[in-house]
Amino acid sequence: MAEVSLAQVRKIYPGGFEAVKTVDLAIEDGSLCVLVGPSGCGKSTLLRMIAGLETVTEGTVTIGGLPVNDREPAERDIAMVFQSYALYPHMSVYDNMAYGLRNRRTAKPEIERRVREAAGLLDIEAMLARKPRQLSGGQRQRVAMGRAIVREPKVFLFDEPLSNLDAKLRVQMRIELKRLQRKLGTTSIYVTHDQLEAMTLADQLVVMNAGRIEQIGTAMEVYEKPATTFVASFIGSPPMNLIPAASDENGQYFGETGSRILRLRSSAERIVVGVRPEDIHLGEAHPGEATEPDSVAFTVEVSGVEPIGAESLVHGHTGQGHDLTIRVPGYAEFGAGRKLMAHASPKTLHFFDAGNGRRID
Amino acid sequence: MTDKRVSFSGLLLPAALLAPQLAVTAVFFLWPASQAVYQSLLRQDAFGLSVTFVGLDNFVRLFEDSSYLSSVQVTIVFSAATAILSMSAALLFAVAADRVLRGSTAYKTLLIWPYAVAPVLAGVLWWLMFNPSIGIIAYILRGLGISWNHVLDGDQAMILIIVAASWKQVSYNFVFFLAGLQSIPRSLIEAAAIDGAGPVKRFFTVTLPLLSPTSFFLAVVNLVYAFFDTFGIVHATTNGGPGTATTILVYKVFKDGFIGLNLGSSAAQSVILMLFVIALTIIQFRFIERRVHY
Amino acid sequence: MVERRPYLTVLTHLTLILGAGLIALPVWIAFAASTHEASDFLSGLMPLLPGDKLVENYWKVLAHGESSAGAPPIGLMLFNSTVMALSIAVGKIAISLLSAFAIVYFRFPLKMAAFWIIFLTLMLPVEVRILPTYEVVAGLGLLNTYAGLSIPLIASATATFLFRQVFLTIPDELTEAARIDGAGPMKFFRDILIPLSRTNIAALFVILFIYGWNQYLWPLLVTTDASHYTAVMGIQRMVAVPDSEPLWHLIMATAILAMLPPVVVILLMQRLFVQGLIEQEK
Ligand SMILES: Nc1ncnc2c1ncn2[C@@H]1O[C@H](COP(=O)(O)OP(=O)(O)O)[C@@H](O)[C@H]1O
Ligand SMILES: [Mg+2]
Repeated sequence: MAEVSLAQVRKIYPGGFEAVKTVDLAIEDGSLCVLVGPSGCGKSTLLRMIAGLETVTEGTVTIGGLPVNDREPAERDIAMVFQSYALYPHMSVYDNMAYGLRNRRTAKPEIERRVREAAGLLDIEAMLARKPRQLSGGQRQRVAMGRAIVREPKVFLFDEPLSNLDAKLRVQMRIELKRLQRKLGTTSIYVTHDQLEAMTLADQLVVMNAGRIEQIGTAMEVYEKPATTFVASFIGSPPMNLIPAASDENGQYFGETGSRILRLRSSAERIVVGVRPEDIHLGEAHPGEATEPDSVAFTVEVSGVEPIGAESLVHGHTGQGHDLTIRVPGYAEFGAGRKLMAHASPKTLHFFDAGNGRRID
Repeated sequence: MTDKRVSFSGLLLPAALLAPQLAVTAVFFLWPASQAVYQSLLRQDAFGLSVTFVGLDNFVRLFEDSSYLSSVQVTIVFSAATAILSMSAALLFAVAADRVLRGSTAYKTLLIWPYAVAPVLAGVLWWLMFNPSIGIIAYILRGLGISWNHVLDGDQAMILIIVAASWKQVSYNFVFFLAGLQSIPRSLIEAAAIDGAGPVKRFFTVTLPLLSPTSFFLAVVNLVYAFFDTFGIVHATTNGGPGTATTILVYKVFKDGFIGLNLGSSAAQSVILMLFVIALTIIQFRFIERRVHY
Repeated sequence: MVERRPYLTVLTHLTLILGAGLIALPVWIAFAASTHEASDFLSGLMPLLPGDKLVENYWKVLAHGESSAGAPPIGLMLFNSTVMALSIAVGKIAISLLSAFAIVYFRFPLKMAAFWIIFLTLMLPVEVRILPTYEVVAGLGLLNTYAGLSIPLIASATATFLFRQVFLTIPDELTEAARIDGAGPMKFFRDILIPLSRTNIAALFVILFIYGWNQYLWPLLVTTDASHYTAVMGIQRMVAVPDSEPLWHLIMATAILAMLPPVVVILLMQRLFVQGLIEQEK
């Protein structure tokens, strides 16, 4: 068991590309930390620096209180699960799981015990003699996890371990992975580009973009108080609507209806107002009428409706031409070009500095 | 050069790993090759007592030497004929083997095994077949009114080594032509058939053009084969004769150097052959590069 | 096939049968010849069907050789050929595996230089450096030794490039998994790379065994003593007996024996052979 911390960690690849830009991160012992961000943002690079598969250009990686920058991956007491599983194709499932232990000169009976135990935990006892190619995708995934578990490491590292599975299996494995992590209580760092997966798994959610950490927090914190416009647009599906607005001395104006909204303590001249699709409510356009006191009202011109079962997504744009998505319960039927009145409670609005994208509270 | 994302560190280990290959290459390839170049610039007197630096004179003399020029000509005739004969036969068999549904594995087996026969043995087999007094082919030819004696007739000796060299090479060409044919998408052939092209027309308008990368590659390989690997055929059956009718270039290097002990000239001939191989290798690699993109 | 035309199918089979027959004919004739006695070859047409001297002739060449030509028993020559072919195949594969491993999995200065030096061997077949190579081998005292027969032939650019290609297709994540599992470079080489390359190794082995067995010019140069003759070159000594009719039955028995091992190898490992042949040229 161990906590992991990164202090002022940077990565510049030999070609000169700066994949990770001075990152600080502390991961508590026993917790499940998820790094999420779009593809290419440096998640894997960060994880691989922790694993020791990439050198650290600057800064310090600490595992269990010990700086490990100069240690080989094998000496860091970590185990890793890869997206491709990286099972040794010529070895049986048993040998795949035992290989790391044999290299560490673990006693034979102990290897046997640990492999059987992990196989039991993962429900793959019947497959120990098989080769990886004789397994289904989900079974290979389990073997890859088993290979990590038998090592009983201080830290598990997962690099998009579920991305190669089909959608249904992915959900199932996600639940199982969370259960296992709870049970074993091993510090885990999990990389994914899938925000839903990230939200459901994370004790601690780390949102990354372009080599930087945008926000660290619990899934709910990140969802409810996105620290930047990037986080706001990345977490949540469909993403938060972001609408630019200009300020006057008193406050801001929102949309073309002229409804006044909250006064902000901000020096920003231009801001971005964020509102989640589920926080916008629709009503027929009756200019001047508001359904809730203080609510912000505006008109939306519908461009299309996507019914997705229990709810519908209404796509449209404001009078000033900003695109909006609104989530409404049930089956909504609006023709394109229809003008609707929409309103949102000021409590549900998020404000960001249009200059640097940061949240204004 | 493409590289792995991961690499192991250390200098000593890779050096040790490369050492055997580099040592063998340096001692048995690079050093002798440089010696050949060096010796090609020298001339020894008849008794091997004195050596003088003569610059490119050995090369100049070679190109004034009618026996060398005739050897060049012999080599060209021999290698062109061998390449054409063995490639056409192989293509015919490959097209047939690609067509048959039943028994194709058996046919393949029956056609590829001569690859394993050493050229010199191929030479010896055909040397018996063509033997003027008892060989079956000489016998048949006699029946047709053709008198066969490759020991005396240079053209006939040439035919003997061409046939022997081609016989051995058919299987190699067959393997590649068949692989080439099998990689042509069936749908292309079917499309041509729907367009009303009969089997013969299809072969010439669809199959053959699609095989051109294979054919080009094989042409280069066959040239190299005919130039170098056929030494044993000549050495064991005709000894370059009668006269110099079958003295191919490699045989001449051997004869002038090992038997005639004309070191400077032999070295100069080696250097010319070396340049030829280098040129062919470059052609082949540029071609392979294109094949990758294709 | 696209359409059914019975006459085309018949023609196809006819072509193949004829081809296979033509390919087999010289070996059949040689085999028939190897089962007769010397007096059957005096004139006219040689015998086309096997005779009754098979055991006698083969026993003679295997155990005694043809003393008049100074050729040792072919039993010994077959042994020499086996040693040479195995040494060349194993040696080439071993040093090529090692150098491909170094080139693909390590970063070090002068890597490109090493790569090009290996590449150069492709352009320098033994036939173009006959004399100086002979001098080197003679200078090292390797004439008439197995080392002299095989070591100069074991540098191989093609095998190195083949293994480089194979290694490049092995996913990086596998190497990383092994590193995390505590495997150092040589352990990774032994436990992961070699097992994953084994069909390529086997295919290449078939090709190289045949290559080594069929060497002619090189053994001709470096063996002056009959005790190190190989089967393929030794036959030339029997053919080249001056001023007398060739002993056809013994020559052909020797030829058959000399071609038998590589032909058997090809027939038994046809699939590996075809794979090896095609891969080698990639
Ligand atoms: N070995 C490398 N050399 C140079 N650039 C790299 C290397 N590996 C990754 N990168 C670059 O670094 C960036 C981050 O990569 P990565 O950490 O793999 O992203 P993620 O896992 O978030 O998709 C990408 O732009 C990628 O192209
Ligand atoms: Mg990644």
